[in-house]
Amino acid sequence: MDVEILARIQFAFTIAFHYIYPPLSIGIGLIMVLMEGLYLKTGNKEYEILTRFWIKIFALTFGIGVATGIIMEFEFGTNWAVYSRFVGDIFGSALAAEGLFAFGLESTFLGVLLFGWNRVKPWVHFVSTLGVFLGSMFSAVWIVVANSWQQTPAGFHIVGEGLMARAEVTDFWAMVFNPSSVDRIIHTWQGAILAGAFLVLSVHAYYIRKGRFVEISKKAFKIALVVATIFSLGQLVSGHSSADGVAVNQPAKLAAMEGHFEKSAPADLYLLGWVDKEKQKVTGIGIPGGLSFLVHQDFKAPITGLNSFPVEDRPSQINAVFQFYHIMIAIGMALIGLSLFACFMWWRGKLFETKWLLWIFSFAVILPQIANQVGWFAAEMGRQPWVVYGLLRTDKAFSQEVTSSHILFSLILFLVVYTILFVLFIYMVNKKIKHGPYEEAQKPVNFTTI
Amino acid sequence: MEYFLGVDYPTLWYLVIGLLFSGYAILEGFDFGAGAWHLFLKKDLSRRIAINAIAPVWDANQVWLVIGGGALFAGFPVMYATMLSAMYVPFMLFLMFNVLRAVAIKFRSDEEMLWWRKTWDYVYSISSIMISFLLGVVLGNILQGFALGPNFAYKGDMFFSFLSPYAIMVGLTTLSLFMTQGAIYLLLKTEGRLHARLTFLLKKGMIFFIISFGITTLYTLVFIPEVTANFRANPLYFVVPLISFLAVANVPRLASKKRYMLALVFSSLTMAFLLVLVALQLYPTLLISTIDPKYSVTIYNAASSQKSLGIMLTIVVIGTPLLAAYFIFLYRTFNGKVKLDDTSY
Repeated sequence: MDVEILARIQFAFTIAFHYIYPPLSIGIGLIMVLMEGLYLKTGNKEYEILTRFWIKIFALTFGIGVATGIIMEFEFGTNWAVYSRFVGDIFGSALAAEGLFAFGLESTFLGVLLFGWNRVKPWVHFVSTLGVFLGSMFSAVWIVVANSWQQTPAGFHIVGEGLMARAEVTDFWAMVFNPSSVDRIIHTWQGAILAGAFLVLSVHAYYIRKGRFVEISKKAFKIALVVATIFSLGQLVSGHSSADGVAVNQPAKLAAMEGHFEKSAPADLYLLGWVDKEKQKVTGIGIPGGLSFLVHQDFKAPITGLNSFPVEDRPSQINAVFQFYHIMIAIGMALIGLSLFACFMWWRGKLFETKWLLWIFSFAVILPQIANQVGWFAAEMGRQPWVVYGLLRTDKAFSQEVTSSHILFSLILFLVVYTILFVLFIYMVNKKIKHGPYEEAQKPVNFTTI
Repeated sequence: MEYFLGVDYPTLWYLVIGLLFSGYAILEGFDFGAGAWHLFLKKDLSRRIAINAIAPVWDANQVWLVIGGGALFAGFPVMYATMLSAMYVPFMLFLMFNVLRAVAIKFRSDEEMLWWRKTWDYVYSISSIMISFLLGVVLGNILQGFALGPNFAYKGDMFFSFLSPYAIMVGLTTLSLFMTQGAIYLLLKTEGRLHARLTFLLKKGMIFFIISFGITTLYTLVFIPEVTANFRANPLYFVVPLISFLAVANVPRLASKKRYMLALVFSSLTMAFLLVLVALQLYPTLLISTIDPKYSVTIYNAASSQKSLGIMLTIVVIGTPLLAAYFIFLYRTFNGKVKLDDTSY
């Protein structure tokens, strides 16, 4: 296989694996802050038990997130040297800011969060929890800024030519607040919070169904349900705003997302469908002119289609982009429906008696994970064939001196290590869940002297 | 070219990165070093204490790698891209051991089974050793230079050429330095029988360091004369190796007086001065081209734009005091001997 394909497979695999964990950390982080805040406010011991329990699980997601994240930081240089030289001037400052402002905050306070219970005052511990949570939020900001710049470059000029060409920053704030950053940061944050909230919902729904730790679980479930409801609705707003931005800034991507080929015609909005690239046709159920309406509030307004772009400037995997995008939306809608319905049952006082609903929640943890993954796949594949939209092509961006056997070597290494890592992660989380909040919060103490 | 206090921006950024990597070497030096000694501690409880000595701080110490890598990417993208793609294999191994080590620290004490703990002890210790060694190997390669052609293209062999005898020597020296650092840190955090055992181990570590450092120095002087060209041109530079020698000579003296904190300071100074030595040897080159010096990567042809360097220096000026404050808070919270409790690994 050629170097480009292997480098892309390796990047996709390592980033997708990495992206299981940081969203969980952000989401659990918010829930931990709420739980510990409630503990400080009410003095209720149950909230402390819950906080300690979720910190244990947070430690796992955070640890694997950091280890796999450091790999990402260096993989740009090893596999994408041309890209690194091209974007270093811009991407680098975002990455440096991430390290200094965000990662510095979260990793230093993490030590106190995990091991400081008996060493610092409760409010200092709470501040540490808050520090870790805010650090993980800031981390997302800088990484998404860098990625958004690749989608909608701004505040730069190009210096040099060919392999030596590079983008240099001319206006830092225009670079940071490029046209898509704000929408995408909010969309990423909310997706991450949903991933964490649905994990908490899942675990406590499981406890309630099994009749274990019922009282404490009801408390946790309610906290997470409020979070899930607010942010799943928020996701609708930010998703719409994000798509509006794509319509203006990356028309080829929008056209691929809805499989719209004609140069300038009203575009349909599909609920589900299948794109035939050869026949330039979508088979599926949709609202005629729906996309035109969403973008221009007019069912007849023309939308730029894929045929307006030369073939070499269109994403090659149009059906994949279409499917990923639609799966994300379908899951988003399902999460809204699920959380609103649960709120309704809560209001009716029947939430914790409705076993089938709790059963759905136990398994719904997988949904935001899938939505986060496919959402990123749609965003990244929709940007192709560009790695930096309109400026640098993916097939020109990989390291020229690296051969396919190198990448194959590291890819196999990653596959093996990550498989072990994933199995261990599931095993450990499962074990902590089986033990339950009380046992995990008060693990037997071994004070044997030396 | 823009200047700040008479120093141009690429040079300033060179200093910042040097500082970050010194911080990384000093801080992760002791936790990698502690890991390297892990299998030399026999009892399970000793091993638990050793892991818990670094548990609250090692994640924070990694910040220096993350920032150092980010700063290199930001300040000298050409250096970042050229070095990482040319050193593909050692960096991939380094990253992989980094992951394994993180997992081992987290999971080791989670199960009671003997085979479980033993397995993770091996993973933890071997990955700590390999990370230290590979960092040194990369440094050795940087000192030796790369077969760089036009457009910073690497022309050398990619799979095993990174393991030259010289690189292996620098790798061993780095490992011995980290092990010295690690033993002193563990002495600071432990008491009783374990403490006595570590006193013995520290002596072994010092001997290991002196031997490997001596060989590496001779090797450098005899076989890689171009590396010391900067020194011959500027004899004042010889003060630096002298200082690092004095600093390292102080370590066993302070350790025998049980002044471990000061010993740690001096072994950290040794590390810092050795890196200053490297920095002085190279400046203003980052990667020497062994094909033709005109293809070398220097801080001037590798640097980001003046504008970008200026922005990032601002970020550093704002961020560093914050980071320093977090670190002081963290290390003060976990000051003193290790006490195992219900939150320990």
